[in-house]
Amino acid sequence: MSDATATATAPALIAANGDSLREAFGKALSALADEFPKLVVLDADIAGGTGVHHFRKSHPDRFVQFGIAEQNMMSAAGGMAAVGLVPVVTTFAVFCLRAIEQARLSLGYARRNAKIVASHPGLDVGPDGGSAQALEDLAAFRAIPGMTVISPADATEMALATRAILEFDGPVYMRTGRSPSVRIFGDDHTFTIGKGQVIREGDDLTLIACGTQVARALAAADLLAADGISARVVNMATIKPIDAGLVEKCARETGAIVTAEDHNIHGGLGGAVSEALAATHPCPVEFVGVKDVFGASGEPEELAHHYGIAAPHIAAAARRALARKRTRA
Amino acid sequence: MTMQARLKADPASANDHAARIEAGLGQAARFVRMHSIASIYHAGSGHPGGALSSADLFACLYGAEMNVSPRGVDDPRRDRFVLSKGHAAPALYAVGAYYGFCDAKDALRLRKLNSPFQGHPHVLDLPWVETSTGSLGQGISVAIGMAIGLRIQKNPARVYTMLGDGELQEGQVWEAAMAAAHHGLGALTAVIDYNKLQSDNSNDAIMRLEPLADKWRAFGWDVQEIDGHDIAAILAALRHAGTTPQPSVIIAHTVKGKGVPYMENIPLWHGSVKFTPQQAQEALDALGASEAEKKDFLDV
Repeated sequence: MSDATATATAPALIAANGDSLREAFGKALSALADEFPKLVVLDADIAGGTGVHHFRKSHPDRFVQFGIAEQNMMSAAGGMAAVGLVPVVTTFAVFCLRAIEQARLSLGYARRNAKIVASHPGLDVGPDGGSAQALEDLAAFRAIPGMTVISPADATEMALATRAILEFDGPVYMRTGRSPSVRIFGDDHTFTIGKGQVIREGDDLTLIACGTQVARALAAADLLAADGISARVVNMATIKPIDAGLVEKCARETGAIVTAEDHNIHGGLGGAVSEALAATHPCPVEFVGVKDVFGASGEPEELAHHYGIAAPHIAAAARRALARKRTRA
Repeated sequence: MTMQARLKADPASANDHAARIEAGLGQAARFVRMHSIASIYHAGSGHPGGALSSADLFACLYGAEMNVSPRGVDDPRRDRFVLSKGHAAPALYAVGAYYGFCDAKDALRLRKLNSPFQGHPHVLDLPWVETSTGSLGQGISVAIGMAIGLRIQKNPARVYTMLGDGELQEGQVWEAAMAAAHHGLGALTAVIDYNKLQSDNSNDAIMRLEPLADKWRAFGWDVQEIDGHDIAAILAALRHAGTTPQPSVIIAHTVKGKGVPYMENIPLWHGSVKFTPQQAQEALDALGASEAEKKDFLDV
């Protein structure tokens, strides 16, 4: 395995402001294809949905259609990696769950240099409804030994992460996203697998978020600032391996933590952060996520409010965490 | 030089040559059966029935058909073999031992802690097994990925996979069957060890497979049905499979537990089986083991 902390160097910024994460991923993949001649892209009849229609157009000779048959596609990626290619398996996050046993054996257990890139995770899926909203994928893929799990926060970071996973040697599961994304990072942003980043300083507590919840965590920090609460915000784009050092540092320096993810509260970012804290510097933790129920149809922002993962909910969780911290003190 | 190339080079002695090769492969198959019985005996568990039914197929693949060698396990041009029916691992290890991919004594340490010879093949333990299998249905898909990947890289190597009959009940196999035909993977040969029995009972009792040849034909494959214990027939079928523009499947009719009368056609011997010393002795006797061979295999 190569150095897990290899920092991706910034490619030309491919993503446009407001691009969905899936579009940003698809454009980045196409732009990087000439630099990574072993890269092949696998699709299960949803290239338009996952963003890899860009790659299909630019590099048709390295685009392989598998039809609506994700189990075969996932195992076949293992075969492609076995003969020296770098396969990128693309489908919706729920269909990655459908083929998770194939990912486990043919990719994880065989330790293949294959990348699974899942669009349509979480409530961010919106109107397609509960059946399509994967709220379990981070937990499930995190439990596969040796599987790196990544959820970038905006289009800029998605482009950087796409390069990083291609440079990294080993199996990776990465989430993109369906809905238009908020631009968070500028052209000077960097991305390193396994490293979180403090993207807003604060002393009273730390909000640790991934994916589309990073923008909401920043909005929550604004709400808290209006009340005189200084919230630090961490972008934790790599869920596994979790940046345990940064988690511990935030716990020591701020004494309370809120995790925020578009995922079930069980087993995802909150679980990973809590495991790190339990082993280092336990402190009050509040979990913002979907509370062990399935999603439903609606617009993403409506769903965020309905299921309690919007910015005001993160701010409310922060106040609870802060109260617990003060009780302990 | 492959067997076909040798035959082409010297047509006059082709018949003698073929007979010698078939006799040699028969010896390899006999070794595979004895070694499989012995390793499963020492392990105290394992799947003997399918190892015995597939022994002749293994011998023909590794001893004649495939371009593989112990010195060439990293050669990008080597043919690839994927054991989709991963529970036949004892037979794979045995044929590997016979042809020098691993040590025969080491390979008797089947299913033991710190042994690379796990209950199902694992590529990180034994690179020459090409990939990790053991969950039915996945191997054929991995083989398809290899065939597509080799073609993208303009590599002429062939890809072989062996499936069990019960395995064909996995939906993934039919996803794979559709994909291999759609992509025109002439470089892919699938061999089905059709011994008619699966874990709990006959295929017919558990979940009917017939009409099996029609199913593969309907999916767009070249289909051959042969006696899976007839070495000459196996070799001819493998040779033909290498000439088709579409993927080929060889439905090899076999006998579960072949070579050991008390096991033949009895589902109980699918696995996971614990042999008594008497049963192991009796099985080796049935396979014609000498006293020296019995000592080698059983007194470890």
